Amino acid sequence: MSTPAVLASLLDFRRLDLLATGESALHRLDARAKVVTTLVFVVCVMSFGRHTVAPLLPFFVFPIAIIGAAGLPARLIWRKIVLVLPIALLIGLPNALFDREALLDVGGVGVSGGWISMLSIVLRAMLAAAASIVLVAITGFPAICGALERIGMPRPLAVQLLFLYRYLAVLGEEAMRMATAHELRSSGQPMSIRLYGALIGRLLLRTWDRAERIYLAMCARGFTGDFRTGQSSRFGWPEIAYVAGWCGLFLLLRMQDVTHWLGAATLGALR
Amino acid sequence: MHMADALLSPAVGGAMCAVSASTVAYCSRRIRNEADDRRVPLMGVLGAFLFAAQMINFSIPGTGSSGHLGGGLLLAILLGPHAAFLVMASVLIVQALFFADGGLLALGCNIFNLGFFPAFVGYPLYRWIAGASPGSTRATAAALVAAIVSLQLGALAVVLETVASGISALPFSTFTLFMLPIHFAIGIVEGVVTATVVTFVRTTRPGILPDAAPAGRSVAGTAVAFLAVALVLGGVGAWFASKNPDGLEWSVAQASADSETESPSTSIHARLDHWQREIALLPHYRFRDEGAAAPPPQTMARAEERLGTSVAGVVGGAMTLLFAVLIGFALKARAGRR
Amino acid sequence: MSHHLVEARGLTHVYEDDTVALRDVSFRITHGESVAIIGANGAGKSTLLMHLNGHLTPSSGEVRIGETPLTKETLPAIRRTVGLVFQDPDDQLFMPTVYDDVAFGPRNQGLPEAEVDRRVREALECVGVWTVRAKPPYRLSGGEKKRVAIAGVLAMAPDILVMDEPTSGLDPRARRHLIGLLAEFSHTRIFTSHDLDMVLELCPRTIVLFEGAVMADGPTREIFTDDALLARCELERPLTMQAAPAGGHGRN
Repeated sequence: MSTPAVLASLLDFRRLDLLATGESALHRLDARAKVVTTLVFVVCVMSFGRHTVAPLLPFFVFPIAIIGAAGLPARLIWRKIVLVLPIALLIGLPNALFDREALLDVGGVGVSGGWISMLSIVLRAMLAAAASIVLVAITGFPAICGALERIGMPRPLAVQLLFLYRYLAVLGEEAMRMATAHELRSSGQPMSIRLYGALIGRLLLRTWDRAERIYLAMCARGFTGDFRTGQSSRFGWPEIAYVAGWCGLFLLLRMQDVTHWLGAATLGALR
Repeated sequence: MHMADALLSPAVGGAMCAVSASTVAYCSRRIRNEADDRRVPLMGVLGAFLFAAQMINFSIPGTGSSGHLGGGLLLAILLGPHAAFLVMASVLIVQALFFADGGLLALGCNIFNLGFFPAFVGYPLYRWIAGASPGSTRATAAALVAAIVSLQLGALAVVLETVASGISALPFSTFTLFMLPIHFAIGIVEGVVTATVVTFVRTTRPGILPDAAPAGRSVAGTAVAFLAVALVLGGVGAWFASKNPDGLEWSVAQASADSETESPSTSIHARLDHWQREIALLPHYRFRDEGAAAPPPQTMARAEERLGTSVAGVVGGAMTLLFAVLIGFALKARAGRR
Repeated sequence: MSHHLVEARGLTHVYEDDTVALRDVSFRITHGESVAIIGANGAGKSTLLMHLNGHLTPSSGEVRIGETPLTKETLPAIRRTVGLVFQDPDDQLFMPTVYDDVAFGPRNQGLPEAEVDRRVREALECVGVWTVRAKPPYRLSGGEKKRVAIAGVLAMAPDILVMDEPTSGLDPRARRHLIGLLAEFSHTRIFTSHDLDMVLELCPRTIVLFEGAVMADGPTREIFTDDALLARCELERPLTMQAAPAGGHGRN
């Protein structure tokens, strides 16, 4: 019961982390460019009003283009994006229920603003998920931490993030072994809170001991409290072009309803 | 309880990012000054531990549903509030990036909702109730109160952030009535699980748990605890205070006004409307609604005025109190430093 | 030359709960020697290793590295001379990538980045894992992790290499590679191990611990043929030295 879920999470983590080792031109860009562009993307998407649907659609070009240019596995990423749909529908549902003013007329039937805003929420959720997944896939977590630090994140948090990243899989596997051990002897009975507490307590103690050993290993190699990581990337013309190009596009898509324009132009051309 | 990007506006998201960032900066400085090298690997692996612990589910007796550990309070008990806040922030950042939990813009909200309250409100409450070396009943009681308060505040924060963003059409009252009771129950579970783990650790390896905070800090802690309780009571009080004799009249008028301007009303809508009228402390309210057709102007204006002030009052009060707490902590820490 | 000396004089260690982990341990290991410290679990092997680079302080007696006694001031220099490789590489590889981990030691030594890079490259190539330098440790195999851990220590250019259970957890091939690698080092080498066949291959000299005391200190071959000694110390002969007639047990 628990074990497949734990395993799935771990595999997810590993797969996404593995994608970051790609060798495309996008992978090689300085991480700061990619982080900043992603943030601008998210802000632009989330800044739309409640009842926007069509203007959101062109924004999908960003993740799609990145997936293509960086050679990322489209199906895998699509599956991860689809995972957010159930929750997105759930949080969007109240809109359909509470916002009942008709906004749209489809062949004589009034479509309430609620359904439109619900769809908007779903699209936003997909775009947000796509943005973060694609960012990790072409940048890699340590590089993102480095970029955030150079943008201003305090060192203790950066160090914390790197350690967490390093030991996530290790502890995840320990947790999985414990979950499996329980399942094999539980005869189908779900885990009680008391048992969970004991299990987690034991994991905690082992983790504490491990921290002690890691500390010894750090001291054995000269650790004196200062954490040094090599910084070796430059913000050059490719990075400037990347940021300026994408952010320019996002602003354009935000200001102008390109979809409508495209539709009108097409209809005009057909006439 | 994660806040999602999809329901967040950049204004609210940006504001919360600023709040979380300053708290991160404050905690980082605190950690650096305390200069305990041992903490570096410990915080790291405890973050991974929390991650792993959240992957395993237990079943909640009597409901048949499963739950997992939130962990903010546990971290604070093990590491102290500042380190716990940073660890929680790191866990949330990794969740947002690798598991698309919440979103990047919503990180500011989530770090605050799930990190600040357990560390800086729940934990002082825990210390205040549990004292230095509590027995298991006292520890459980302390953990329960601390967890419930933290989660209630966190849930309230989610509601406020959502409503202030204006993307969701869920009315404040409905959302609150939905979130608070659920998170009360979740708080109970969280408290019980936290207490179970703490008691286990105390019996097997008592040396790990840090003693109560030194004298100076516990005074601030008590103050925070009182402020927190006051905040929760104040918010609830404000709601009751705003309920006027003609409140029920208003909601009836609202319902009939709605039925005039209405699009096809399905049975769901009708049932919900009925339910709202029966139970809601506050009638329909919409924040900054862009596309909706307005009900009759005078009723809307009256509602907005009444609800606007009381809700704004709670929001303003909450924010002010919390900032005061933060500043108070900062000043106290500065004063208390040798 | 003399700074490769490892010497223990009357080393005794008593833990807080009054267990005596080490009892009057004395030995002298000279430059270039390859020595194994063997014993049953709980005999005190790991405790002894912790003394060799100053993690633990003796309750009585002393440890000297190259004529220098272990004190708080000499600790940083000692830790540069004595490279300690832990049993579980996951405890030792704590940086997000292999490269960063091997660079940890040199960077802490304050070396310029170009020199750090040179050392890292040399160390990784020496153990044969240069190709995985960008990987996070959780994606390495057990053998690779062990080798990266060794590289991390080599990058600090120690004179003395101390390894706790080097072959534990390795599959046969990884084990064979590691043994081949260790045989080529010219450092003073001190291993603790349960892998008595590896000890036979790599270490001409063996120290036997039992309940914290040194029971024997001499040529490995001799010790492994002294069955009475081995039995007293809850050990047995390495598998390669256990004669196995058909159906027989091989002991004695």
